[in-house]
This record gives sequence, C-alpha cells and structure tokens, in this order.
Amino acid sequence: MKHLMTGNEAIARGCYEAGVTVTAAYPGTPSTEILENMAQYKEDIYSEWSPNEKVAMEVAIGASIAGARSLAAMKHVGVNVAADAIFTYAYTGVNGGFVFVSADDPGMHSSQNEQDNRHFARHAKFPMLEPSDSQEAKDFTKEAFEISEKFDVPVMLRVTTRICHSKTPVSFEDRVGDKVKPYEKNIKKYVATPANGRVLHVLLEKKLIELEKFSNETSLNRIEWNDKTIGIITSGVAYEYAKEVFGEDASYFKIGFSYPLPMEKIKSFAKEVDTLYVIEELEPFMEEQMKANGIQCIGKEKIPNVGELSPHVIEEALKGTKAETLPVKAEKAVPRPPVMCAGCPHRGFFYELSRKKNIMVTGDIGCYTLGSAEPLNAMDTCICMGASVSAGHGAQVAFNKNKIDKKVVGVIGDSTFFHSGITGLLDIVYNRGNVVTVILDNRITGMTGHQENPGTGYTLMGEEAPVIDIASVVKACGVKHIETVNPNNLKESKEALDRALASDEPSVLITRWPCVLKNFSKEDIEEFDLKKTICKVNEEKCTTCKVCGRVGCPAISFDEKAKIDPTMCVGCEVCLQVCPFKAIEKVGE
Amino acid sequence: MEETKNILLVGVGGQGIILASKILSQGLINAGYDVKMSEVHGMAQRGGSVTTQVRFGDKVHSPIIGKGQADIIVAFEKMEAYRWLDYLKTDGKVVVNNYAIPSVPSLTGKIPYPNQILEDAKELVENLTVVQAADIAVELGNIKAQNIVLLGALLKAMDISDMEWDIVLKENIKERFLELNQNALKAGMDAV
Repeated sequence: MKHLMTGNEAIARGCYEAGVTVTAAYPGTPSTEILENMAQYKEDIYSEWSPNEKVAMEVAIGASIAGARSLAAMKHVGVNVAADAIFTYAYTGVNGGFVFVSADDPGMHSSQNEQDNRHFARHAKFPMLEPSDSQEAKDFTKEAFEISEKFDVPVMLRVTTRICHSKTPVSFEDRVGDKVKPYEKNIKKYVATPANGRVLHVLLEKKLIELEKFSNETSLNRIEWNDKTIGIITSGVAYEYAKEVFGEDASYFKIGFSYPLPMEKIKSFAKEVDTLYVIEELEPFMEEQMKANGIQCIGKEKIPNVGELSPHVIEEALKGTKAETLPVKAEKAVPRPPVMCAGCPHRGFFYELSRKKNIMVTGDIGCYTLGSAEPLNAMDTCICMGASVSAGHGAQVAFNKNKIDKKVVGVIGDSTFFHSGITGLLDIVYNRGNVVTVILDNRITGMTGHQENPGTGYTLMGEEAPVIDIASVVKACGVKHIETVNPNNLKESKEALDRALASDEPSVLITRWPCVLKNFSKEDIEEFDLKKTICKVNEEKCTTCKVCGRVGCPAISFDEKAKIDPTMCVGCEVCLQVCPFKAIEKVGE
Repeated sequence: MEETKNILLVGVGGQGIILASKILSQGLINAGYDVKMSEVHGMAQRGGSVTTQVRFGDKVHSPIIGKGQADIIVAFEKMEAYRWLDYLKTDGKVVVNNYAIPSVPSLTGKIPYPNQILEDAKELVENLTVVQAADIAVELGNIKAQNIVLLGALLKAMDISDMEWDIVLKENIKERFLELNQNALKAGMDAV
C-alpha cells in the first residue's frame, strides 16, 4: 500500500519510524507541515512549537545530548537564526542521533530571499542529505539518524519547496521503538570551552575525512549508466527535472549525500562521459568543489543561479529547445496579488497608519507585511524577523542624532514578537530610545497557517498551556507607555497612535483581535464579540466616492454604487467608519 | 510505456482546489499509476492565485511542468484560465468554470475585470469547455461543491471517469456532505 504524501509528511513519518522521541520547530514556509504532522505521533514523540528557530535547535540538541533521537525543522532563513547553536554542536558531536531540516525556498514562493543553505554544511562542517521525492524524504530522514550516531555528528536534511509540498507515493515501515541512548556526563565533549574546542575541532576534521570515505561508498550516491555522451551530476529535485529532460539519453550521478561530496567517485564518473553537466538549483555548490578538484564540467555558465529550476529551464539552458506555447497576451489577465482578508484585524490599524504624515514604518515578517501593498502602502521596510523593533530603534536614533524630524513606528506580530522582538524592545528601553512599537496581536501565528504560540494558550500537541501576556512582557522590559486597542475601532486606534507619536519615551501599542480565519478558541469567544454580522451599502446614501475602497478590503467593489460581497464580509465595520456619507450599515445583528 | 499526462488546476484561494487535487491524485494512485502532485502554499490563502499540478503515468519524474506542457487546464475562475494558458500544450484542452472573482486592482477600480476573457481564451484554444459549475453546485445545494463539479468535468474530459472515484470521495469527504459531492461529481461528468 502506497501513501501519497508531501515531503514534509514523509519527514515526520521518517522520524516516527526512526524511533525519534523529541522534535521542535518554529513555523516557516515551506517547513511548517513537518511539525504539524508530527503531532499525530504524540503518543511516541514529544513535539513543540518553540518561540524561534534557535530555541528549537537548542531544544533538539539538548534532547540529543540527553540520549534521545531528536529533530529540529525550520525554513532556510530560520537556520540563520539557529546557526550559532549548530556550528558548535558540529564540534561536540551527538549522543542520540540529531538531524535538523533546512527547508529552502528557491523562487521565493513565500520568503524574503532564496539563500542556498547547502553552504551551511560546508561552512559549519556537518554532513548533508538531499532527498529527491517523498519516499526519499522518509528514507533519508531515517538514514540521517544512523549517520549521525555512527559518525558522532549532527546531520542536515536539506529540502526545497518542491520536495516539501509535492505529493509522491511513499511506502511505510514500522517504528523501531524508542531509540534512546544512556546519558553520561562528559565535560570534555559537551562543554565547548576554548581548551575543549581545540581538541574537538581536530576530531571533527578527522570525522569529515571518514565521512568523505562514506560518501564515496554509500548507495545514497548512485550512478545510473545509460548513454555516456552526456553525464549529469545532480541532487535534490533537480535530479527529477534532469530525468524529465534527458530520460535514458544521459548517464546520471545522483547525489543524495551531498556533503562531503564523493569526489573520487565523481572523478571516475567524469572520466567515463564525454560531456559533464552539473545540474543544481541556485548556487554552484557542487560545481565549484568539482572544479577545485580539476574536474571539467558545465554548470552555471548555462544554468541560471537565480530562481527555481524546472524541466523547461533546464531544457532551454542545455538543449536550446522549448515547448511551443499559445500566443497568450499576459496583460489581459489582471494581476491577483495576495491581500489582507476581508475582516483582517490588521486592516483598521494599518488604515490609520497610512494616514499619518512624516512617519517611517519599519515592518516585519507576517501577514501584516501586506500592509506595504496598495492601497495602504503603510510600510517602509521589511528585513527579517524582529527587525521592525530594532531597526526601527536604529532609524529613530539616526533621525534624532541628525536632527531630522521624523518619527518611526515599528510593527510586529504576536508570534514574531515572541520570536525576536523582545530583545529589540529591551534595547530601546535600555538605550533610551523613543520609537513607537506596535504589536499586532491576532491571537495566532497567521501567515504560516495558524500555529499556536506562547500567547495563544495551547501547544502543538493540542494541550492547554499558560498564556504569556504580551502587555506584562512589555512592562517587564521597562516600557511605561503601554496601550491595548481594538484595531477594528479606528477612533480608538488613531487616538492611541497620536498619543504614542507625541511621547518622548518608548511606547508600545498592542492591537488585540483574533485573525478572521482562525478557529476561535473558547477563550476567544469569551473575550471578543465574534458573532457573524455583515455590512451593507445603503445605495440611496452612497455617492460612489470610493473612500471605502481605500481600506483595501477584497469584499468591496464598485459598479454604479459601492457594493459589499455578503459571502466575504464578516462585519468588522472598518469600511463603515471611513464612509463620509454614513452609507454603510450593519445588518444581521 | 504510456506517456505521462499533465493536469494543471488553477483558481483562487478558498475555491477548494487543493481538495479536488487530492481526490484526483488518490484515485489515480488507487488505479495503479505513478503520481506526483505539486501545490503552491504560502501566500495563496490570502486571495492570491492558487495552482496545483497533477502528473500521472507509468513513471513520473518531475513534480512540476513547464510552459506548453499541460494536457489539460481546469480553471476554477475564468480569468485564471487565461492567465495560465501558456502552460497548455498547443493542442491541449481547457475546462473552465464560468465564474469571475475580480482581484483587488479591479475591486478598487484601477483595472477593469476583463469580461471578454472567455472569448479571448476560446480564440486560442480549440478544445475549450465552459462549465456552469457554480450554478450547478448552487442547484445541488451548496456553492462550495463547485470544486467537485469541476473535478467531475475533468475526469470526463481526461477519459478517466470510469475509475472508482466513489471510494476516494468517501475517504476524503465528511459523511454529511458526501451525497452532495457524489451528485456534484456526476453532474460535472454530465456537463462535458
């Protein structure tokens, strides 16, 4: 019986079968569903949403040292956050098998960059596996734990969006039972002082030599001989694309264990073929190492290092041919950019923010980044998780220092605040900054599809948890000017914003209303008035001035008059408050 | 060896494309095909375009297709049909829902919704079938079943409607919506 699974589901299944007992992650596309799917194995595996990727990595490292097979999962930019931990854990080595997943996003389907995290393996010196489909995602996860324990190293499983989110058939095996090693105190191994680190680094270099031998021998690195005119070295989903384009007309060296590379085996493969292509997505990771070893090959001079690969990109780059297409006039289809949902609690506050003159809005990573889009245009920057707070402080300091009259407002979501906003806030208070920080608390981690976080009162495994109160955290950071507002109430939002902008001390506004797409908890239902109502245009009063269109709600459109789609409207009343003619009315109460 | 077939499903977030693709893929697996299905997640839920690709055959390699390679496009929204037409084989088929969901530039009055878009698509595609999936679903009791109407139309157009789809429906649809969706699937098949 084959099961149709995404790569993410398959990785979770692999952990189950491998006897893993602890996993941790912070959600991030395309990695999120790995831990979401882990929750179904909660009888056997403890799984948690950690506040950020560094914490998740450290939780899994601690579990590994304590003897458990453990896994941490994150998106590519999450590895940047967690990198500090993993560079040193590469030195110390593991006890229970330790694997972390880096889910890269070539093409930036839902990311701020398309960094190639294969470089982390070489940079931090740990082995790396790259599956090409869901069956391999499961099998390689299990293999990664074996390698981790055999060579005493952390292992990176590197996947990409097309592996994570493509469903391919997978066959199951049974769980091996809990794999737990005894814990023994070992100061020389696990306490990374300079003295121990000097010894551990030498040991690590020796492990890498052994790992390269393994790389040359393992069936994870597999040659498929066909016609020898063309030889192709490839890894990950690019292998599938290459097979699609060249079929049986080329020989393949499929690299599943891609660091350290099987250089001896690659050299002998290269000798057998007339022309050698290296087909890899994004950076010339394999190509540069091969060229440094004197192997002649064709790679990035023909294949783009920008964006996602696909069969047709490879076909065009290497064969110079492409499929015939219909003469479509692209401009005929109106663009369909993502927008804040009808009833999104961010809309009201961003509308007020958009009306403020002479401010700079430092943004962050989440649904509210859509506040930067038409028609609100209420955001100046978005760099990385937490930067709204600290870069906002930096910008305000620069304006103040250089006598530029401009006020900065940093906007950050609830989950992002827990992730990395708190340290920035401490910085503001400690260094006497006066920036305005707005925490947009929609009672859930929204953008990645509604994951629990320390503020929601529930865990990944569905258990009740203490609710971390954001206002109390802000107060504990030393902020004195704190206001909590209903973001759907424009007057309340505007007045609170005006008070904060007028203040010379650091101020924090918390907007508190649940995400409209959330499955409301019993606490949400108790706290907020969430009964379904809708707003309707009174056509006699409507002058079609289109002011309501400025809030950017997808439920509002215009014919002769403004109209509100009753299937989309949830009665948030933001449009009702901006209408200068009082032509929008509440119905269905 | 049977050639791999490529199906592209396109529409707007919230139209039930992912579920339709899941049912399609599972049915094809049950029928013994190798299947790969790719979906675009992330920002799609926020009113953006949604696409899934389903490929099936004796042995499928790539989970995604390129331009000019789809045997059929099933469009849940008519402007989306046109947007993705360059992915269709020049002799490929289109099944399109006669249903419009204007995007924000049209809602705010910046760019009008292209009302002639179906005619424009028909000019390019010889084998194009228009399905009143929304009307059919409303008549059956719930507009949300339009995804299964379109699935039925797709199965018929691809000549795979005689597989055991009822079993897959039962596995994927809640009991109280099952009859509605069984009727929707049949109505979709009859609409082609």
